[in-house]
Amino acid sequence: MTAPLARLLRTTAFKLSLLYLAVFTGLSGFLLFSVSHNTDSLMTEQVVQTVDAEIQGLSDQYARGGARALVSAIDSRARRPDASLYLFVDFAGNVLAGNISRLPTTVLEEADGGVRRVKYARGEGEMEREAVVRTFEVPGGFRLLVGRDLGEQARFRDILAGALRVWLVVVILMAVVTWAFVSRRVLKRIDAMAASSRQIMDGNLSQRLPLAGNGDEFDRLAVSLNAMLDRIELLMQGLRDVTDNIAHDLKTPLTRLRSRLETTLREARGEADLREALEATIEDSEGLIRIFDALLRIARVEAMSPDRGLEPVDVRAIAEEMAELYGPVLEDEGGRLSLDLAPVPKALGNRELIAQALVNLIENALKYARTDDGQPLSITVMVRQEKDRILLSVADNGPGIMAKDRDRVVDRFVRLEQSRSEPGYGLGLSLVRAIARLHGGTLVLADAQPGLLARLDLVAAPDAKTGGEGRNGDDRS
Amino acid sequence: MMRILIIEDDKQASAYLAKGLKEVGHMADQAADGDEGLSMALDGAYDVLIVDRMLPRRDGLSVIQALRKSGNHTPVLILSALGQVDDRVTGLRAGGDDYLPKPYAFTELLARVEALGRRPKSGGDVETVYRVADLELDRLAHRCTRAGRDIPLQPREFRLLEYLMQHAGQVVTRTMLLENVWEYHFDPQTNVIDVHISRLRSKIDKDFDTPLLQTVRGAGYTIRTGSGREGADRDSTAG
Repeated sequence: MTAPLARLLRTTAFKLSLLYLAVFTGLSGFLLFSVSHNTDSLMTEQVVQTVDAEIQGLSDQYARGGARALVSAIDSRARRPDASLYLFVDFAGNVLAGNISRLPTTVLEEADGGVRRVKYARGEGEMEREAVVRTFEVPGGFRLLVGRDLGEQARFRDILAGALRVWLVVVILMAVVTWAFVSRRVLKRIDAMAASSRQIMDGNLSQRLPLAGNGDEFDRLAVSLNAMLDRIELLMQGLRDVTDNIAHDLKTPLTRLRSRLETTLREARGEADLREALEATIEDSEGLIRIFDALLRIARVEAMSPDRGLEPVDVRAIAEEMAELYGPVLEDEGGRLSLDLAPVPKALGNRELIAQALVNLIENALKYARTDDGQPLSITVMVRQEKDRILLSVADNGPGIMAKDRDRVVDRFVRLEQSRSEPGYGLGLSLVRAIARLHGGTLVLADAQPGLLARLDLVAAPDAKTGGEGRNGDDRS
Repeated sequence: MMRILIIEDDKQASAYLAKGLKEVGHMADQAADGDEGLSMALDGAYDVLIVDRMLPRRDGLSVIQALRKSGNHTPVLILSALGQVDDRVTGLRAGGDDYLPKPYAFTELLARVEALGRRPKSGGDVETVYRVADLELDRLAHRCTRAGRDIPLQPREFRLLEYLMQHAGQVVTRTMLLENVWEYHFDPQTNVIDVHISRLRSKIDKDFDTPLLQTVRGAGYTIRTGSGREGADRDSTAG
């Protein structure tokens, strides 16, 4: 078997067409057989009834006028168009009347009145035909045969057989058309999808499955698979980012750590030097662990499925707890942390992650919002509702972030202060953005005039009740 | 002194842990895989188990589940490279009592192990009054006194002191305080816990000669009388 034919036989379209053909042929055959069989029985029954009526008429003739009257009745009936079959013979087998010239001899011998199917011919040289006959003995050694030609039934069967042949041709044609349609339309789509999948597997992750645009099952499948590919691409991008970040930003502190150890090994003069170097090394390694943890946490949050682990969360309560936790820190530094909470319904979220995001925003303000003019640091945590979104914002009165830097400051390891002498790794806002995305929201940085306003929007939990009374201007100083 | 079983397949890490625990006066046994660990835990009377999550032959969570199924309630500290909130939840739901992500500082591990080892046994007596030297914390009356003088505490300060006194004589880390007093699992970059501790300290130690709330450098805090490691003197009430 050649390869293209083998491939053809393996296709679903071919198998479907073959199945379609088999089922339709089977059904048509069954229908025709049953019609033909029932019609045949009905027609035979009618023939037998006609024969019986003829016999009745002839036996009346015989009763009234004997053999002579019978002969004359048969002669007159035999001349009619569409005449039945008659044969009247004497004891020696001589034909006295009738319209049959040839007949198997046994038929006249078994004159028991039973119904038989026989072959006969009307005239000399005519073709043999089929008939249903009854043969009787008539007193005086005569025998009478009356029958009916079955030509009509045969013609009817021929017509049915013809119809069956035409029907089969139609069915086969339909199967071919179906196969052509399925293979052209459906298989082509599947082949196109398979080709795209191969390209994607070869590493071209930006490739997507083709859409016909008619919204059929294949389009719906392609849309779902494309959405899955979008997600995979995003995760792969995240993975690449983490790898790149590790390469770029973790190598520096690792190199510093290594140089310090080498220098100490070379130059240390006593236990005090060693101890000092080891303590500095532990401090550095703790910093590295923090960076790793932060990176992993961001990657983990980015990879989390949004419908997993999100439940109705009281954002106001989180804001209050975090203000209670951080209020004293600001107070010790002469600043103040205020709460501005409007009554809002619960948000759909993860309590720990929302708290983490809020902590990152507050710590960000603590680190970067110190004013140069000696004005005390003021941080305000706000909770508001806007349609079905819960807005959680942190505003400070620091120097803020220039509009051109606001987009990139949320990228990993981005720190606006170039000397990098301030504490921090530039990962805090990346984590907040990842948390916002997990919650189906965004992190927006804006101008608080003065200072920075960082706003996180969360989705309100469905059917959540509105929270308690607002506590506007609740100072925690 | 406590008997501690370390179930950890990394020989170096396990040896380092055992050495550290022995240095502070505990007894430490080691098991290198899940099966061995489970049978040792079932046979020996240990005060605390330290179980790594990823183990050969039988993973850590399955060891803990098998242990709990057999009716053994020895406190378990889970060690794992998986440290996210949902990992911790999975570990604690499997029957672990505490969870420490790797890499960890030995001081933090020691603090947690000791906290587990001295934790009041469930169903036993429940202390209603904690006492350390002349400091008294009445949990029922929600009242704190030192040398007979009332010390007014905010609710969160009360819980902070309560946790510290519950683990009197032991080191309590900043993370443990954040987890147990505020019930949040994250790592603050700022000195947020120190600020709360310093406020509490100013209330309970400021006007007295002997400071009770002490900072343990590089580790955390401890409530202790003088410089000894003795535990709290506790009142017990059948409950």
